[in-house]
Amino acid sequence: MVPVLGAGSVGLSAVVAIIITTNFLSSPPPGNHFTQVLWTWIDVGGFRPEIAFYLDSLSLLMTLVVTFVGFLIHFYSAEFMEEDEGYSRFFAYMNLFVASMCILLLGSNLLLLFLGWEGVGLCSYLLIGFWYKDPVNGLAARKAFIVTRVGDTAMTLGLFLLFVNLGTLDIQELMHRALAQWPMGSALPVAAGLLLLGGAVGKSAQLPLQTWLPDAMAGPTPTSALIHAATMVTAGVYLIARTHVLYSLAPAAQLAVAVVGAATLILAGFSAVTQSDIKRVLAYSTVSQIGYMFLALGVGAWSAAIFHFMTHAFFKALLFLGAGVIIESLHHEHSIFKMGGLRKEMPVAFWTFLAAGCSLAGLPLITAGFYSKGLIIWDTWSSTRGSAALWGAAVFGVLLTSLYTFRLIFLVFFGEMKTQVHKRPGFRMMMPCVVLAILSVLGGYVEAPVFFGNVHPFSEFMQLALPPATEGPLRGMSEILSETLVTVAFLIGLYVAYLFFIRKREYAEAVTTRAIAKSLHRFWYTDWGMDWLYERVFVRPILWFARVDKSDFVDYIYSGIALITELLYHGVRKTETGRLRWYAAGIAAGSIIFLAVVLFL
Amino acid sequence: MASIPMHQGLLLAGILFALGLVGLLVRRNVVFTLMSLEIMLNAAGLAFVVAGARWGQADGQIVFMFILTMAAAEVSVGLALALRIYHRFKSLDADAVSEMKG
Amino acid sequence: MEIVFYIAAIVAVASTIMAISRLNPVHALLYLILSLLSVAIIFYVLGAPFVAALEVIIYAGAIMVLFVFVVMMLNLGQRAVDMERQWQRGSMWIGPSILALVLIAEVAYLVAGPGTASYGGAAIEPKQIGIALFGPYLIGVELASMLLLAALVGAYHLGRRTPEKTEK
Repeated sequence: MVPVLGAGSVGLSAVVAIIITTNFLSSPPPGNHFTQVLWTWIDVGGFRPEIAFYLDSLSLLMTLVVTFVGFLIHFYSAEFMEEDEGYSRFFAYMNLFVASMCILLLGSNLLLLFLGWEGVGLCSYLLIGFWYKDPVNGLAARKAFIVTRVGDTAMTLGLFLLFVNLGTLDIQELMHRALAQWPMGSALPVAAGLLLLGGAVGKSAQLPLQTWLPDAMAGPTPTSALIHAATMVTAGVYLIARTHVLYSLAPAAQLAVAVVGAATLILAGFSAVTQSDIKRVLAYSTVSQIGYMFLALGVGAWSAAIFHFMTHAFFKALLFLGAGVIIESLHHEHSIFKMGGLRKEMPVAFWTFLAAGCSLAGLPLITAGFYSKGLIIWDTWSSTRGSAALWGAAVFGVLLTSLYTFRLIFLVFFGEMKTQVHKRPGFRMMMPCVVLAILSVLGGYVEAPVFFGNVHPFSEFMQLALPPATEGPLRGMSEILSETLVTVAFLIGLYVAYLFFIRKREYAEAVTTRAIAKSLHRFWYTDWGMDWLYERVFVRPILWFARVDKSDFVDYIYSGIALITELLYHGVRKTETGRLRWYAAGIAAGSIIFLAVVLFL
Repeated sequence: MASIPMHQGLLLAGILFALGLVGLLVRRNVVFTLMSLEIMLNAAGLAFVVAGARWGQADGQIVFMFILTMAAAEVSVGLALALRIYHRFKSLDADAVSEMKG
Repeated sequence: MEIVFYIAAIVAVASTIMAISRLNPVHALLYLILSLLSVAIIFYVLGAPFVAALEVIIYAGAIMVLFVFVVMMLNLGQRAVDMERQWQRGSMWIGPSILALVLIAEVAYLVAGPGTASYGGAAIEPKQIGIALFGPYLIGVELASMLLLAALVGAYHLGRRTPEKTEK
């Protein structure tokens, strides 16, 4: 009963999303968007947000992906979480998450979006710390919540800034007013853009707030698949895409977005190459791929970012689900160095995982990831706000992605088996994997580049809501050349992985015994030392201050008031001597003063 | 009868009242306290009579009679209390009767 | 006639000062009686012979006599005088004197002005007072009688010696 309700509700949402999509495509509403106002939320002093939902191609597509992939993941968890004692609690949290995500995507004003934003943050906390009896999980959940909170504070400040200056939080209205009132490049859109970027960086685990996502792998695997791969972490991408007008008005902020994306994808790529826990490799991979999406947003390639979001949702969710299959089958073994040789033992898992991995790395022409990533990389060169440096970073990122992906695949599925398989996954776990594998391969064909079919139904659909990427002067590179170089990077990464992990494993050992390699390895393993840095810079001073303030010196103000009152009491008490003459003197003096007041004032 | 300026009469009443007040504040013996109260009451009555004489009406004197009545009542009760205090505390010190302090 | 007023006023003030500063209670009471007699003279001069008589009869004659009775009954003697000497130091007069002076100054300020002479006409006869008492001030009279009754009962009750108390 529990899984029927739990997964069925999301399935119903997915069906509704599909129906709406077909409706939208066949007979689009006027202006290509539809608003449904439910009621006015607050009405105070000119601030009038409504509970209203706004449907255009952007929110429709993202809702479709979220509900559909969400349904597949729920279906998977019906079997995955079966023996867990918190079975119904799990589905409750997951359903709440999908609902909050839908509110986030469909909200027509930034306040409602923020409500969904906080809702998904809450569910992320609840789900990361799902197995709450182990304090490590609680710690990871708190870390996630607090780090995203930092981002949320920046976002709130951005919302305040927007409201104070433009007088509304309704997104479409906001965009109109911003265009009308703010000149290009002025300080206000830059500030607002940077603040919203702060919020997006927190939620999407980009630099410098990416430290929570690898630790969030303490949650159950379906959670990691849904929240931390396909949906919640893309909320930041959605936010920036929605408020794209602000970024068009603020080139500095948009450049910041691009730089954040580029830096994150490289940093996370390095970290992913060194990890040993299968889920942490995928976590860093997620951080890196969202970096690609941010990079696309930063150069103005709005549709490309959403395209990559869609394909990433497919293959990353599949990677996590496949990882869950492997972990379950090997009886909760997470370390990839203890896996191996599963290719023959679990063929379905192998082929689906391989399909997703190739899509992630960007196997040319037959995987969806190739098309989406290639489009982003081409746009970083060709767009007016792109540059060669960004393009170079993106291509290098492809090399890293291919390296860590194939390292993962080779270590897990090839070689000799180190741990025995003791449980085989059932239909409910494999069916979603197969569906996602098919989508990972075929999903890219909705947007093919110029030299290979030139079909653009996806970007045409997206351009109903988002502006197209403006092409700068073509200088020195054509699209086909870019794609070729990307393929070259892919092959280099593949070859290096092959060399180190299939052919001559002794190379890997030889490299790791050198001191410099060891320290580099440790540096990248601990996410470029960011945890260490944050611990020193933020956590320790705050804890120190909390210890110093243990007796709460601010409290002294209040106890001070009490003390003064007590002093007054003691003073007044002295006047109550019980002696008649003293009282008579008091009466006399008082009446004299009173007379004086009456006479002279 | 003589025509005395009213303010002089009232000033006399004020002086007598202030003297009674001094006596009240200075003396520790309860009998003296009561005596000072009598002085003050008398002064107040003098003020009333002076005012009544100014206007040639009987009201001042009537009020003086009421004051007199009240003084009589108060003296009798006050002296009874003074006797009680003497029996209880064995002294007529007003400061000894300060159990209501604090 | 005015001179009588001023002489009586001076006598009244002087005897009041003596009354409040004597050590022996009986001496103080006698001075007080003198003060009251002076005030009675002032009343007569002002044209209020009835209250002058009342002052002498009731105030000086009954109330002060009651005081004297109680003082005699307490039978304090020389010991009381010594205690008074001990209690009263010169420095104790300073504060109350200041208060009194300020009060007198305020009263002087209050009543200062050209002032008006008193009526100066005929004295007010007892008959007028009697008519006023039975007329507009009737209720006052009744209340005064109730007050006296209450004082009587209270004084009787307080002054009573209950058997167990005397054995202490």
